[in-house]
Amino acid sequence: MVYDVIIIGAGPAGISASLYTKRANLNTLIIYFENSSLEKAKLIENYYGFENGIDGKTLYETGIKQAKNLGVEVKKEELLKIELDINDGKTFFVLTTTQNQYIAKTIVLAIGTKKNKVKIKGVKDLEGKGISYCAICDGFFYRNQDVAVIGNGNYALSETNDLINVAKTVTILTNGEEAPEFRADNVQIITKPIEEIKGENKVEEIIFKDNSRLKTRGIFIAQGTAGSTELAKKLGILLKDDKIVVNDKMETNIKGVYACGDCTGGILQVSTAVSEGTIAALSIIQFLKMKF
Amino acid sequence: MSVLKLGTDNFEQEVLKNNNKVLVDFYADWCGPCKMMSPVIDEIAETKTDVKVGKVNVDDNQELAVKYNVMSIPTIIVFENGIPKKTFIGVTDKNEILEQLN
Repeated sequence: MVYDVIIIGAGPAGISASLYTKRANLNTLIIYFENSSLEKAKLIENYYGFENGIDGKTLYETGIKQAKNLGVEVKKEELLKIELDINDGKTFFVLTTTQNQYIAKTIVLAIGTKKNKVKIKGVKDLEGKGISYCAICDGFFYRNQDVAVIGNGNYALSETNDLINVAKTVTILTNGEEAPEFRADNVQIITKPIEEIKGENKVEEIIFKDNSRLKTRGIFIAQGTAGSTELAKKLGILLKDDKIVVNDKMETNIKGVYACGDCTGGILQVSTAVSEGTIAALSIIQFLKMKF
Repeated sequence: MSVLKLGTDNFEQEVLKNNNKVLVDFYADWCGPCKMMSPVIDEIAETKTDVKVGKVNVDDNQELAVKYNVMSIPTIIVFENGIPKKTFIGVTDKNEILEQLN
């Protein structure tokens, strides 16, 4: 089945978008995995309509119930990747989660900002010089070489799988986290915490906190779940300072891909997330009338 | 101007021996983000007629990719007098690139 719209994220932006697309009779699916930053907000006193304010958790959970009550399909599954499928001149989006694969005519990224950003010394300076966020895009440059993947979750394993047939060896670096269950001939797992990534103009070695070192040519960042930055980079969505660039219709540079809420930057308020979700939905309703 | 196909055979003549700015897009056919960048490169070639714009397919020209440290695609390099002056890694805003061509 092809969904008219798949929304990634169940915070105020994603839920608001779904309310409008569903009411416009669009076949709508929400996929979410990590909880919204809203859930952690203790008391929200600046959002319209609550005389004594409301706690973030209640507002968040009520939003999901509201969407479900309206008939929106809501699934809690970890999203691993989004791919483009161009068929008959029409673009479809293929979303792979840990459990399923879904196809959509349009997608909305309402995925929030990533909380567990990699803060290892050297990462920022060596981006594009051996530090990569996309195994499928950049694996090619490391054919028969030794590479590393930073992370320990499903997303890190998905990136590792994209690399094992290309690279000579893949080292999964959990950076102090628990080792994942994963076995392959050319894969090793190191759980030691990382101090720094070093290299003159390109990645040369990883230095661990215990001062031991590992020589490597490429490092693929895949810590935690796939966040907006990783998903965007894989699809070719334009980013600015790691935020998704959108126009006033919440369109990204890719036709059929919309973004709203915290992942687009701005002032990170519930009210603006709701507004952006609404605009994204109305743009999609218009887009699908014209294109499909 | 149309986008020039660059490779090891013509890179020296078209880029390194060129006294003006030359925009070079390193890409591959299988790279999704490169496909998003491709129409932008075409637009730049059409509007900036005073600048040479070319594309290097990294599959066919690995030595060029290695020479200019291209380890992620798309990578766009602006050459001036044959020397790389500015590198953009990943999908980049058209205006940001145009600023480097003025």
